[in-house]
Amino acid sequence: MIRLAARTILLTMTVFALGGCGIKPWVKPYERHILADPIMNFSRDPVSAAYETHVYQARESARGAEGSQGGGCGCN
Amino acid sequence: MAPRAARAGAVAAISASQCGGRNPLPRLARRAMAILLVLLLGLMPLLAAVLPEDRSDALYHAYKGGGLEVNGPSILVRKQVGKSSSLSANYYVDSITSATIDVITAASPYTEKRTEKSVGVDYVFNKSIMSTGYTNSIENDFDAQSAFFNISQNMFGDLTTVSLGYARGWDVITKTGDPDFKEKANRQSYSLGITQVLTKNLLMAFNFQTITDEGFLNNPYRSVRYLDPTSASGYSFEPEVYPRTRTSNAAALRAIYYLPYRASVRGEYRYFSDDWGIRAFNAGVGYTHPIGGRWLLDFKYRYYDQSGADFYSDLFPYAQAQNYLARDKEMSSYSNQTIGFGVSYQIFPKGLRFIDKGSINLKYDYLMFEYDDFRNITKTGYAPGEEPLYEFTASVTQLFFSIWY
Amino acid sequence: MKASIKIPFSFLLLAGALMLPQLTAAGEISGPAPDFTLKSRGGENLKLSEFRGEVVMINFWASWCAPCRQEMPLLDQLYNRYSPMGFTILGINVEEDSAQAEKLLKEIPVSFPILYDTGNTVTELYKVMAMPSTVMVDRDGNMRYLHLGYLPGYEVEYEAQIRELIKE
Repeated sequence: MIRLAARTILLTMTVFALGGCGIKPWVKPYERHILADPIMNFSRDPVSAAYETHVYQARESARGAEGSQGGGCGCN
Repeated sequence: MAPRAARAGAVAAISASQCGGRNPLPRLARRAMAILLVLLLGLMPLLAAVLPEDRSDALYHAYKGGGLEVNGPSILVRKQVGKSSSLSANYYVDSITSATIDVITAASPYTEKRTEKSVGVDYVFNKSIMSTGYTNSIENDFDAQSAFFNISQNMFGDLTTVSLGYARGWDVITKTGDPDFKEKANRQSYSLGITQVLTKNLLMAFNFQTITDEGFLNNPYRSVRYLDPTSASGYSFEPEVYPRTRTSNAAALRAIYYLPYRASVRGEYRYFSDDWGIRAFNAGVGYTHPIGGRWLLDFKYRYYDQSGADFYSDLFPYAQAQNYLARDKEMSSYSNQTIGFGVSYQIFPKGLRFIDKGSINLKYDYLMFEYDDFRNITKTGYAPGEEPLYEFTASVTQLFFSIWY
Repeated sequence: MKASIKIPFSFLLLAGALMLPQLTAAGEISGPAPDFTLKSRGGENLKLSEFRGEVVMINFWASWCAPCRQEMPLLDQLYNRYSPMGFTILGINVEEDSAQAEKLLKEIPVSFPILYDTGNTVTELYKVMAMPSTVMVDRDGNMRYLHLGYLPGYEVEYEAQIRELIKE
């Protein structure tokens, strides 16, 4: 079920991309000041996030898919 | 001891780096995924990304609950080197004093120390960010190494970040009091991450990770219990027997939304399943509230629920009742909840020599575990299989300093 | 059963694909540079066409953009070196609220003109696609080069292009 979800998302993204090669970004680069704010970060303090992940992994059977990257100022 | 905790550390090192396993996807689907993704990426203008910020953190962590106390430091240092790379290193220690229910029912309380060291490199190359790293974790009866490789790309005018990762892990398990015991376990992991800016106030991320282990996958000190009329307590113990392979998949969705008065609210949902029959999910919410320019308050709630492994039982009907046997409470059906609170204060608002900014942070989490089919056999006066279900609470405290330069 | 060491073909292909460079982050462009008037930090209005006859480097930046902050001192060096030869930099700040920009300029002072595009009219006009963005305009008022983003090392390209345009 998870594999199906992952595959579906990839395919959707692909179709979306192929169909709209010229997609204009709907959030302009200069509108990203909010996304660049540290409170909009998925993990503001990596040393703490890594520790919290460790606390759960040592006690739970579930593992994986913990981190997220991206967002932010979108510079470059 | 606690190879489980150390293995979790190794798995954390792998999964924190977003990486993958033994090809659980059917071949046709994989090929299709590959070709489509190549087309996708080939048509998109690729802009560069930004290396992670230079910073150092010194953390003191303390866990206390369920008869277990673990505390120690975690030091993380990161610095840009040259024009295109960023190096990072982490030194982490768990000092363990354990008198948990598993320990006191089968052995005696012990103390131990686990040391983990990691190094990593991030490299901006041809508009991609490539990351690689290595981690080594050592305790007296468990040695884990892991390495990962990750590549990350911004697309769609930097509104989308796609990331792919691969990791390997190698564990060596020994046993105190048994010099002939030496086993190995290996791990592979693949991961995919897609982060999408939906509006200028809303960010969403999808993560998928598949992990495969093979080798000796259980804790050598754990036992299962079975009904034994010849025993005084009514039950006896025998060693756990786990399958020698495990494949698991996890998929998670996260979102962060900006509130107009400057605050953020976030949500997370992850679903997990593996071929040992375990199904789990966790869901959580968080709220970050700045006060003035220098204070940040964080609030969080997390709920976790898992159904136990197929071969788990708190009490088997007789010895060697199945091919595989587990009574490790991490393999049982249970749920836990976390309530957390954090405070952060910005020090050095105008910088200090080479330091651009700094913060001091305190975080406190309260964890509550309730087991559905793991019983507390330290409670006497009950027939076997009718002891009260086990539950415990724990406090997790973190105090850390961060500086940016 | 030994875990397979082989990395699946699909995964290698994906990883390789992610490394393919497509559009480069710097390229030649052409056409007249659209004219605009913006309020400068000094208080007076500055118009692009007033700088006809000089080489103009238009740099779009924001205080929250880390590469922009990295780039600023280097741009200041280029300005000091080449402005006697008929070169100027117009640093256009794209933020609606200029307070953060002012704060940054106190930490990283620069000598070249800073303009405030609080209404984002000029950023729309120039179809700014990345932060920072730099447009090189020649002495005749035509756009010649476009740089999207900033990575350490770009300043070498900037300098080469400035020298080329100055000689014309």
